[in-house]
Amino acid sequence: MTNISSSAVSAEQEGPLVPETPQAPGPKARPAWRSLNFGPRMWVSLGMILAIAVLAFIGPLLYPYAPDQKVGGLYDAPSPEHILGTDNFGYDVLAVLMASTRNSLINGLLAGTLATLIGVLIGVVAGYIGGWLEEALMGITNIVLAIPAIVILILISMSLQSTDIPFLKGIVGLALVIGITSWPWTARAVRAQASSVATREHIDVAKLSGARTGGILVFDVLPYLASYIVMAWVLQLASAILAESTLSMLGLGPSGTNSLGMQLHWALAFQAVAVGAYWAFLPPTIVLTLISFALLYLQSSLDEVFNPRLRRGKKKNLARAAARRAEAARKLAEQIEGRQEVTA
Amino acid sequence: MRDSTDSGVPVLAASHVTKQFRVAGGHLTAVDDVSVEFHAGKVLAVVGESGSGKSTLARMLLRLMPVTSGTITYQGKDVTHIRGGELRSYWRDVQAVFQDPFASFNQFFTIGHTLRRGMRAEKLEGDTLDALIETCLGYVGLKPGDAVHKYPHQLSGGQRQRVMIARALMMNPKVLLADEATSMLDASLRVSALNVMQDLRDNLGLTVLFITHDIGQACYFADEVVVMEHGLIVERGTTDEVIFTPKHDYTKRLLSDVPDLKGSLKVRKD
Repeated sequence: MTNISSSAVSAEQEGPLVPETPQAPGPKARPAWRSLNFGPRMWVSLGMILAIAVLAFIGPLLYPYAPDQKVGGLYDAPSPEHILGTDNFGYDVLAVLMASTRNSLINGLLAGTLATLIGVLIGVVAGYIGGWLEEALMGITNIVLAIPAIVILILISMSLQSTDIPFLKGIVGLALVIGITSWPWTARAVRAQASSVATREHIDVAKLSGARTGGILVFDVLPYLASYIVMAWVLQLASAILAESTLSMLGLGPSGTNSLGMQLHWALAFQAVAVGAYWAFLPPTIVLTLISFALLYLQSSLDEVFNPRLRRGKKKNLARAAARRAEAARKLAEQIEGRQEVTA
Repeated sequence: MRDSTDSGVPVLAASHVTKQFRVAGGHLTAVDDVSVEFHAGKVLAVVGESGSGKSTLARMLLRLMPVTSGTITYQGKDVTHIRGGELRSYWRDVQAVFQDPFASFNQFFTIGHTLRRGMRAEKLEGDTLDALIETCLGYVGLKPGDAVHKYPHQLSGGQRQRVMIARALMMNPKVLLADEATSMLDASLRVSALNVMQDLRDNLGLTVLFITHDIGQACYFADEVVVMEHGLIVERGTTDEVIFTPKHDYTKRLLSDVPDLKGSLKVRKD
């Protein structure tokens, strides 16, 4: 075997292959977060999500009424004491709304994260390994895709309501059901991305450096998919919250638990629309819309963050730079003309 | 220093290797029944235009791509179907430098991380590892301070390619495959990269497979030249034979496409 260290010719002896040029001190380094180029859309969506999170998690700590506290009669109209009125059980609508939003967010986080994890795992392994394993995993994915998810969701939700395991009866059980039925799209999309990354030269270099398959997947494939996975996760959150609301509104949600869908379910069951009790169904509808809108807006703004070509303001910056160059050229031309006149 | 005496047994050899890709409506033969041998301490250049199958041949030799048929032997041992630990051991001995000096790096990690990665299996750490990095970077005219803490995008194309050569050297290989390793470098850096590889052959006795579409570069430092066209070897011989007495029309055309070859040939003859 060659002993590199014994036969080394140092750089000092041989001299560098390319002459070193002194480098001018660069501009002051920007903080790392500045390089992410968060646009206005990102700030708006983050602001909305923060406001909803405050309503869901901090609001109940400050609000005087509990969601299971009877404070009035059937559909009492909004008043200074109960600003969103009461629902069909006589509970304060705002207190119920805050508890429902919290549960819906928790459900979305659990289900969205589970679906993303399953989808990423299957997609990355199928895309990177390829061959018969890819065929098998994508075959399973296509089968799951072909089965109508809503039917599976309804059937499993109904069976969960009659289960003896308390853990599965609540919002967690529903989140698990939504998570394990909504991963296939993520898996397909991630597989396509992973199979593209798998053909890049840095993967070959990792193999030649002795990296094992697990290490390559974690260190050489996943970082290249991170932006895509984050965006898929945000979409999964929105989808999971909407799926839970749909099921709950149909009366298949977790019994005895507050959620935005369950609020709508009770409002429909107790004729809120017919009696004109808009405060019973409008607040959960608006919050649901805001959550979905904020998450979808966040997803599209993340696309701008990760894809420099979509960044807003780039055209404006280019136009400004062109204007500065034109101004500099005009001044230079004026100076030259001035000199020529002086010479003449 | 490596013993570069050629005992007659090839270090690496491909025997009747064929590679076919499935395409719509049939198969595309990228490499067709190619046999080639690499002897210790020699530089073999594989020359051909884009699509001639030279990179596919290199990837099969590297075991980064399975062969459709044929055999690859390393030091007389069949390595065509080895896997797992055996394959990783093979990759320690047979290293490569690829065409795109930016795509070869994982952009998320520093140069130091890329260099250290190959040494994990060796359990080299601390000062020993730092000294090895310094030595290997020194071979390619870089100092650790120039590169180790930087990310790939902070280096020039030439520096990145030299770091890639240093990475390959850290593995202490017996064979180095340079797949169009100079084609994305500008002219001055190209010569320095070629000189680095020539030094490695001269000082370390490294066997080099140099893949290029530029026959002029091949003539610059190769001992033997193989010319490929449409997946077939159309001509092979010592560099002098191929340059001065080309037999195949394709080789003659490649030679005539080199703008300043006549001057180089004159210098070489002298």
